[in-house]
Amino acid sequence: MSETLTSRPSLAEADAHQAGAHIDHDTNTGISNTKLGMWLFLASECLLFGGLITTYLLYRRPLEGPTPEDIFDIPFTSVSSFVLLMSSLTMVLAVSAIERREHQRMRVWLGATALLGAVFIAGQIYEFTAFVREGLGFTTSRFSSAFYTLTGFHGVHVTIGIIMLVSLVLLSMRGKLPEHRSETVEIVGLYWHFVDVVWVVIFAVVYLIP
Amino acid sequence: MALTEERPLALPSGDVETDYSPTGVFTRPTANTGWRSWITTVDHKKIGIMYGATAILFLIIGGLEALLIRLQLWSPNGTLLSADLYNQVYTMHGTTMVFLVVMPIGAAFANYLMPLQIGARDVAFPRINAFSFWVYAFAGIFINTSWFLGGAADGGWFMYAPNSGVVFSPTHGIDFWNIGLLIAGIASLTGAVNLIVTVLNMRAPGMTLMRMPVFTWMTLVTQFLLLFAIPVLTSAQVLLLMDRAYDANFFNVAKGANPLLWEHLFWVFGHPEVYLMILPAFGLVSEMLPTFARKPIFGYPFIVFSGVAIGFMGWGVWAHHMFVSGIGPISVTTFSLTTMFIAVPTGVKILNWTATMWGGKLRFTAPMLFSIGLVTMFTIGGLSGVMHSVAPMDTQQTDTYFIVAHFHYVLFGGAFFGFMGAFYFYWPKAFGYMLNETLGKTNFWLMLLGFNLTFAPMHVLGLQGMSRRIYTYSAGYGFEVWNKVATVGAFILASSVALFIFNIFYSKAKAKNLPPVGADPWDARTIEWMTPSPVPAYNFDPIPTVTRVDEFWYRKYGETKDGKLVRIAKTEDVVQKRTDGKGIHLPSPSYWPIVVAFGLPIVGYGIIYSLWLALIGGIIVVGGIYGWVMEPPDDPDLAHDDDHGPESHSSSDGAAHEVASESESSTQAKEVETVV
Repeated sequence: MSETLTSRPSLAEADAHQAGAHIDHDTNTGISNTKLGMWLFLASECLLFGGLITTYLLYRRPLEGPTPEDIFDIPFTSVSSFVLLMSSLTMVLAVSAIERREHQRMRVWLGATALLGAVFIAGQIYEFTAFVREGLGFTTSRFSSAFYTLTGFHGVHVTIGIIMLVSLVLLSMRGKLPEHRSETVEIVGLYWHFVDVVWVVIFAVVYLIP
Repeated sequence: MALTEERPLALPSGDVETDYSPTGVFTRPTANTGWRSWITTVDHKKIGIMYGATAILFLIIGGLEALLIRLQLWSPNGTLLSADLYNQVYTMHGTTMVFLVVMPIGAAFANYLMPLQIGARDVAFPRINAFSFWVYAFAGIFINTSWFLGGAADGGWFMYAPNSGVVFSPTHGIDFWNIGLLIAGIASLTGAVNLIVTVLNMRAPGMTLMRMPVFTWMTLVTQFLLLFAIPVLTSAQVLLLMDRAYDANFFNVAKGANPLLWEHLFWVFGHPEVYLMILPAFGLVSEMLPTFARKPIFGYPFIVFSGVAIGFMGWGVWAHHMFVSGIGPISVTTFSLTTMFIAVPTGVKILNWTATMWGGKLRFTAPMLFSIGLVTMFTIGGLSGVMHSVAPMDTQQTDTYFIVAHFHYVLFGGAFFGFMGAFYFYWPKAFGYMLNETLGKTNFWLMLLGFNLTFAPMHVLGLQGMSRRIYTYSAGYGFEVWNKVATVGAFILASSVALFIFNIFYSKAKAKNLPPVGADPWDARTIEWMTPSPVPAYNFDPIPTVTRVDEFWYRKYGETKDGKLVRIAKTEDVVQKRTDGKGIHLPSPSYWPIVVAFGLPIVGYGIIYSLWLALIGGIIVVGGIYGWVMEPPDDPDLAHDDDHGPESHSSSDGAAHEVASESESSTQAKEVETVV
């Protein structure tokens, strides 16, 4: 081509020899696809819980039936909330363990996390049955529907988290969770921490704000 | 649809595959042709084609519903449909067109084009991509089975409370609608995560964000809107589900419920929704206009940032759907102002498209005609939209046919015209043959005529006071003439869609006698046109390195010192040759996405009819997920055999591994770990 043109390497074959052509297993952002995907999913979950929390705030004063003040046992729920928050600590220890290639330790901490989550769920089941006994059924009032839906939805999230944790332990015991897949543990951890953080918000909004 | 396209091998190498069954349930699928290859594919191009084909099937269903509506309104006191059936038909027309046609066609183009435009091998999570499609398809079928199971939903596509409660709508129609859209929401959400990660993480070397084609940008904005809008709808639908299935009190006015809660939640989703329907078409037009004007898009950063601005501002205007619901003067004023403001970035786009055409060497091909149709028709719809932002005026127009006219001008005249143009534009790239241009131009003029005959009279009808969603009207109000015009227009519109479908088969038959269409039939600008047509499974070989916007164009053309366009290379030398794809590592097909997706509607039927059925569906879903997790994203028997062999292409290795990164890739996790 003529030198008067602002010509550039134009053949497709030149692409293979470009300096930037070696991507080297890396992503553009430096964050792995799965981790970025989990972050985006959690961002979406914020809006889901946002809708339910808004609904609860709108309906927290019932026209009939027990009021929040009548039934909430704040010391009990504080303890179960503390248990759930501690499970975030054990989750961190599990991630740290696999990064140090300590598989047995990781399984212990993952198991502890699942156990603490299960204790929280047991507390929630106890709480729900106690409330129903005190006359707060799911269909009793607008408050009862909003309360059970919001906290129940969170409980389902915790339960799914427990299933994932137990699955990780089983995978690890069968040797299918080697170090180079440790990010899977970290990503399940992200979900778990998110569920905990949401509970902090729910606990404050539902139980603590008068 | 030409779904039995001859395609090169989906799997990379010539190796003989060995059976590998990690869970002992399914043998890893290996078919590259035939129906099995379609139900197990994880190829973003095949999935994109399936999205488009399914959406066109639903378009036919939704179109027939529209024709029923128009026939019913042909004359006063129409008797074709009963009032009850009429409610079901318009509800399902709106639901079908929004959730099962326009959104999926946007997803079809996003799936097919976006990875090509950024120079990726596939999307970030190929199996989740297949899962999204199957969930959408099953959800659409699930919703439509309500016609045969006691009647469809009858509350309008917005399904306002408390009208949607069991008291006012005792059939299962709304349950099907509600659960079906909850399931479809899963498809949208997983699709959004997938496509966002793809755009952010998997761009070719040199493809910075501000070098991405405009359609890719609009896909990114659209998917972010989906990511945040869908969960709001999901939360509202969960409340409705609780009310209808388990007697909760969210919309039970007797227990103090506030029906405005539904309206707010629905429109917080619903207004971003209208932007996420239109933005993909905006992106497609921004690809077509520069191609046929032979000029760069005017003000690329403005086009991009106005799209992003629409994405943000779209969250602050929802209550303009609720001006007459009694939300109070402060709210009305606020949302009035924000609605006026959002016209600004939209107007920027219109101006940029006009300036792109200005002074260009315009070629009036079928895609160009549809693009110009979008710019003009959308402008009309946009102007009536600005009228609605004036609250006193909107109060007069609420629930009249003026609103119907407005949103059909923006969604049909806007989004659908853009999609039609893009079908003509990208058809040769996807299927290897051109659609007939004469039929295409006829298609355009018929559609333009039919569209305007159908919807322009609705402006008049609305201003005359004809209500929406009323199954019949009395004689003597002056509605007769315009309703007849609209009905005639609707049939012309339907014939134009029929002509398009005819064109697909006609052109395919004719294409046998024509020379194969090259990689670049339109002299286009962006790198997806460098791939052979139809695009091989591996997309690019090698992955191009990008140095600027419109990379492909500037590989073909340079400029003299005084700014004149000069060809610097032959197209045949710039585009890529079809290779055997040896050494390129692609994700392996899988049965699990369709299995998991199949379980979801069974859970849906279970919630409506019997919890035992829900249990069976749940077992399929959970079992499917475990099977999915246990199955490596890449067939280990294929991995790394020839990746680093003598014939390997240096630039393709990395991208192939990016594709392989879905969940538990064998090597990537560790590498990223060290990077992080």
